[in-house]
This record gives sequence, C-alpha cells and structure tokens, in this order.
Amino acid sequence: MNAQLQPTGSAYFIAKETEKPETHTLSVLVDNEPGVLARVIGLFSGRGYNIESLTVSETEHEKHLSRITIVTRGTPHVMEQIKHQLERIVPVHRVVDLTVRSHELGQERPLERELALVKVAGTGEARVEALRLADAFRASVIDANTEHFIFEITGKGSKLDQFIAIMKPLGLVEICRTGVAAMNRGPQGM
Amino acid sequence: MSNGQSERREMTGAEMVVQALKDNGVKHVFGYPGGAVLPIYDEIFQQDEVEHILVRHEQGAGHAAEGYARSTGRAGVMLVTSGPGATNAVTPLQDALMDSIPLVCLTGQVPTSLIGSDAFQECDTVGITRPCTKHNWLVKDVNELAATIHEAFHVATTGRPGPVVVDIPKDVQFAKGFYVSPQIAPRTSYQPKVQGDLEKVKAAVELMATAKKPIIYSGGGVINSGPEASHLLRELVDLTGFPITSTLMGLGAYPASGKNWLGMLGMHGTYEANMAMHDCDVMICIGARFDDRITGRLTAFSPNSKKIHIDIDPSSINKNVHTDVPIIGDVGRVLEDMVRLWRATAKADKKALYPWWEQIAKWRARDSLAYKMNNDVIMPQYAIQRLYELTKDKDTYITTEVGQHQMWAAQHYHFDKPNRWMTSGGLGTMGYGLPAALGVQIAHPNALVIDIAGDASVQMTMQEMSAAVQYNAPIKIFILNNQYMGMVRQWQQLLHGNRLSHSYTEAMPDFVKLAEAYGGHGIRCEKPDELDDAIKEMIAVKKPVLFDCRVATLANCFPMIPSGKAHNEMLLPDEATDEAVANAIDAKGRELV
Repeated sequence: MNAQLQPTGSAYFIAKETEKPETHTLSVLVDNEPGVLARVIGLFSGRGYNIESLTVSETEHEKHLSRITIVTRGTPHVMEQIKHQLERIVPVHRVVDLTVRSHELGQERPLERELALVKVAGTGEARVEALRLADAFRASVIDANTEHFIFEITGKGSKLDQFIAIMKPLGLVEICRTGVAAMNRGPQGM
Repeated sequence: MSNGQSERREMTGAEMVVQALKDNGVKHVFGYPGGAVLPIYDEIFQQDEVEHILVRHEQGAGHAAEGYARSTGRAGVMLVTSGPGATNAVTPLQDALMDSIPLVCLTGQVPTSLIGSDAFQECDTVGITRPCTKHNWLVKDVNELAATIHEAFHVATTGRPGPVVVDIPKDVQFAKGFYVSPQIAPRTSYQPKVQGDLEKVKAAVELMATAKKPIIYSGGGVINSGPEASHLLRELVDLTGFPITSTLMGLGAYPASGKNWLGMLGMHGTYEANMAMHDCDVMICIGARFDDRITGRLTAFSPNSKKIHIDIDPSSINKNVHTDVPIIGDVGRVLEDMVRLWRATAKADKKALYPWWEQIAKWRARDSLAYKMNNDVIMPQYAIQRLYELTKDKDTYITTEVGQHQMWAAQHYHFDKPNRWMTSGGLGTMGYGLPAALGVQIAHPNALVIDIAGDASVQMTMQEMSAAVQYNAPIKIFILNNQYMGMVRQWQQLLHGNRLSHSYTEAMPDFVKLAEAYGGHGIRCEKPDELDDAIKEMIAVKKPVLFDCRVATLANCFPMIPSGKAHNEMLLPDEATDEAVANAIDAKGRELV
C-alpha cells in the first residue's frame, strides 16, 4: 500500500515496494483432509508469496487436525494479506502470525526449533574432529560404522546452519532438515 | 418415501446426486453428458423434477448457470463429464470466482481404481480447479456423497458466494450407500462473519455525519446480499442525501433514475463519478473491492478522503487501498445497522451538502457520455439508447459480452432494479453473454432477455444458439457489429502507434443467415432511421434472434481514464482527438508494458 506504483502502458501497475520485507512464522491449523496442503501452498505460489520453510504433520488425530508451520517473507501489508487469504480456505481453522503474537507478548520472536540429520563420512583426524564438534553442538550419533556418522541435531535454524557449515570440510555427504516447528512462549495456546 | 427425515435411505450414488439436487431446491441443471457421468444422466432421464438443459459446449453450461444464478440469487448448477468436460468448465469457474457468483459444478470422474493411470478422459479435476473454486471435493466413498453435495451448496451460497466443484468417480455413481438429508452442521472451520461490528458501524456513521463532500461507492456485494440490501442502500441514500456511484458489477442496486445517481465510476465511468471520488472527503465503499479498473493510479486515488469499507471478505479490506473504518460483514446486515444508527443519532444536514452538489452539477454539465450523432451511420451509443428506450418498460434482463459494447451498455442502458444486469466484470470473459442470456431466460421464461454483444465476442459461444432454439428460449442477441475487436483496437490506438495487429475480422459470417441456419430469426440494420422498427421486430419475434446492428466501425469508448492516470485526469469525448488519443499515454508508460 505504501508501494510506489509506476504507470505502465496498460492499466496495470508495477509496484516498487517502499516497505521493508520481514520474516514471519505462521501457524495454520487445518482439517487433515486430502488436498489441504496443496490449497495452502497453491495459494502461496498463485499469489506470489514466498515460502522459506514449511512443516506439516497431524497434531490431533481424533479431531483430524494438522498444524502447518510456514516461514515466509514479505512487507507488513503482504503479511496481513497472506493471513486473510489463508483464512479464506474452507478447511483452515485458524491462522496465527507467531511473530506478531510474540511482539504482542513482549518477546522478540517465537520459539523455533528444527531437526536435521547430517551424514558425514571420513577417517582419521577429520573423523575424530567431526565427533568432537558434534559433541560441542550436542548432536547425537544415531548411526555409525568405521567410515561414517549420521548426526541428529536439534535447535534454531542458525545453529543448524553453523553445524552444517563446519561439517562441510570434514566429509559432509548429505543433509535432511525438517523445517521449522514453532510456537509462542508462555501458558496460552495458539 | 420422503417422510421420516432422519431415515437413512439406501440408494446409488447417481440417485443421490439427483436427490441432493432436489433437496437443495434445484429446478434446472445446465450440462453436457459423457462417459463418466452417464449413471447420473440415467437418473435425470427417469424423473422430471429437475430439468436438464443441454448446452453445446461445457463453457456454455457454466455461463448459463452463472446467468441463472445472478438473475435469481440462487445457486446455478452445471453437470459435466470428466477430462475435457471438466477442463472446459474452468473458464466459467474462474469467472464465477472473480465475480462472486454461486455456482455448483458437478463433474464425472474415471472410476477410483483408474485415477492416476492416465485413463481415457481422465484429468486431475480437483487439482486443475483448486485455484479457480472457493472449494472443491473428490468423493471416493458413496456414503459421503450426499453430505458433500449439501456442503457444496452451503459453501457456494454463503459468505462471499463463489464456485465449487464436486468430482464424482463413475464407480461411486454406481455404488450403493446411505443418503442423508441436508442438515445444518457446517464444519467449524467455515463460519463466515455476517454481522458487522457495531462499534465500527457507529464510527462510520459518526464520520459520515461530519462529511462535507461524501460519496457512496457501491458494488456487486450489494446485489449478492439480496434485494433487501438494495432496498436498504436506497434508504441510506435518501436519508443522508449523499451522491452515489457504482462499479460495473453493482449497477441496478441503486436506480439509475434516482436523483443522487452519478453513473458508473472507473476507467469508463462518468466524469462526475470519478471527479467526486477524487475530491471527496468521506468515501463509503459498500460491497466493492477497489479493483484496478476502478482506482486508476493508486497513489493518486482519492487522496484526501477517509474511507469506510463494508465487505464480507476480510481479505478485501486493505488489499489495494488503506481503509480507515473497515466493517466486515454482510452488506445487508451492516446497512440495516447503519440505517438504524443514522436515524437514531445523525441528523442529516442536507444543506451542508449544497456546495458539494453544486460542484457535482458542474462536472455533470461536462456531459461526459456525449457523442456526435450521425444520420447515415448508427452510432453504437445511439443503438444502446434506442434499445433502452424501447425496452425499459418491459420485464427486461440484459447480459453482455466483453469489450466496447459492454462499456457502452453500462453507460447508456440504465438499470433501476438489481439482478437485471449480467456481465463478466472481473475475468472479462468474451463469450459470456449469449449463454448467460440462455440461463436467464430459463429462469425467467416470460421475460425479455437481451445479450448486448460484440461481433467478436459473440462468435466465441455462438453454438449456444442451438440450445436456445431447442428450449424455445427467445433470447435476443443484439450485436454491435463494427467488424473490429473494438476494445483491442482502441488500446492499439492508444499504445501501439495505431498498428492494428489482428484486431480486424476480415471474414465475418452473415449473422442473418447464421440465425436462420440455427432455426432462429435474423435481423440486419444499417441505418439510424430504421433502427427503432428493427428493435421492435426483435422484441416481437418469439424466437432466438441474432440482430446484426451495423455500427460506426471506428467509434471508441469514452470517457476514459488512460493508463497510469488518476481519476481527475480523464480523457473526455470532446477532447479525444486522434492526436490526444495517440499521446494519452506517455513514452515512459509505454516502455513499461
């Protein structure tokens, strides 16, 4: 809305955004039914919104509810639109912008955690160093033989980024990350 | 048979479909058969409560159902087969989504065991239609079929109305299961807010009471809300004495003969409506969505006004334009509160609005819809004016295609009632008007239904003339024939150095012979002094009519807000010389295309 709109040769406008984009984490409670994830991500691609991370799983089996956590980036105006557009989807129960909510609670950001499996192969000094660093990061070994480790590490995204960067020269083979799971601190529910 | 509502009756899926249609009050279905819906067609054959209208193309079924829905306020229903039947339904589905039309589309699907195998006439219907419906369902269990169809009707017709698709595999149509009656147990995640926040309505009324230069800007939401909303809108205008303009979709909610009417606003709206929008101090937007054809350049849109926005869809609020007083709710309910509060608290000081009305009178005196009359050639505006004069006292419904003729119809045909004007606003679907007219005529068999058409648009769905003849639907297709895709040509003149790339139709059919070939009636008119008699003939004929109205080939549609301009920078007809048209959009604007 604060966009500087440039006239084009048609009646359409090219927006030059003047608002600063922000990263927000959204929690979306949905009926666990076929196609619901496609509706959510289709909305993002169809309306040109970003998805930086997406996590989804059933959370309440008896009620057939799933919780989707989306990390997205946009101006405050776009964030408001994303929330309203998500709420229009018929099987969507609630959308909470955890980032906005955390600010309302006087906190800097919501609680966010991610899990990664990191496979590292090597022998000798590199192998020893990998294990030592994993210990420092509180990553646990969940599979190993004489030539490799698979580490399981949990934490903030930035911690995972750092761990993965350190493992690179030590024989990093592959990575799998879950994406962000998040909720707000304090006793209240979403 | 029908007593004992709680009784669960066993029947086949196909029987359920027909029973669910009956239980949802459906009288007419527009459709086209095919392999994957044959069991449903077999059931339709064996009853006569629900009448099926056979179209000639699935797109026609969709637009006919849209016309039916918009002219009645009830859901329109279409029935098509899998694969190409479903893909041909996509255009009307998107059209209904953008114009908020309740449309229930039932599609056949290949048997569940074949889904995903690239079977004959298979397509991913729910995948393809997901972004162009309000919601859609693939029903794999016959025991869920009845409840799903009931929910589909509920979703299509409540909240902000829209299209829905229920995809039914052929084995589900054959399978036996238990039928459940419609019951009010909507899912908890779908609860549209209809009652506006009373505090916000109070704030709006207070703001309105202080306004010196107010304007009401109403839209299709008023019509969707039902006749009571249009009635309340008229009451509000009478009470406040405010001027009112409307979007293309909202025409008829406030009568064009009303004294506070400024005409349509937007790209081809009147000078007085757009200037009043630009200069107002309080804007009351009722069931409209600040579309780009309405606002012109957003940074220059009504810069000095406080804005009140009533809409049932929260995502419409603050989407394009910042709103000072947002009210989320059904237009009818909110207007009820607003009228009541205005009566109770605000005293209309209509004298305070005199200077504003004087200013509006000056703008109005520019006569922005004027055109040069010609005695040899029919001017398209004149054709619409005569059509209006000769049909206004009848029970008339107007549909249109998309282009110049559509804008001329909106400017020069005047609507005094809601649900009388059916046009494709959001999607701008050429080919909408003829099948929509068929749908309207089926809903109102004794009414005069006219499609104001262009020669290019009408050829996109011409085949539905055959359906009109089959069902004795005497629709009148009034073609403003200038042999061009007029609006495309107008933009080429504005933007592309008058290089008329593929906007001229060199091989035009003989519309009179074409009408006769379909079994309808053809009329051609080329002279202004013959026009009235020709229109009277069209009205008198009890058959579908193709009226080939030969109009001035190079007339353009004015007034106009050129691209990138604001409401107060309109190009008026008396200023629209060839040179002004060529220079209306500056070089910088053109580069950005």
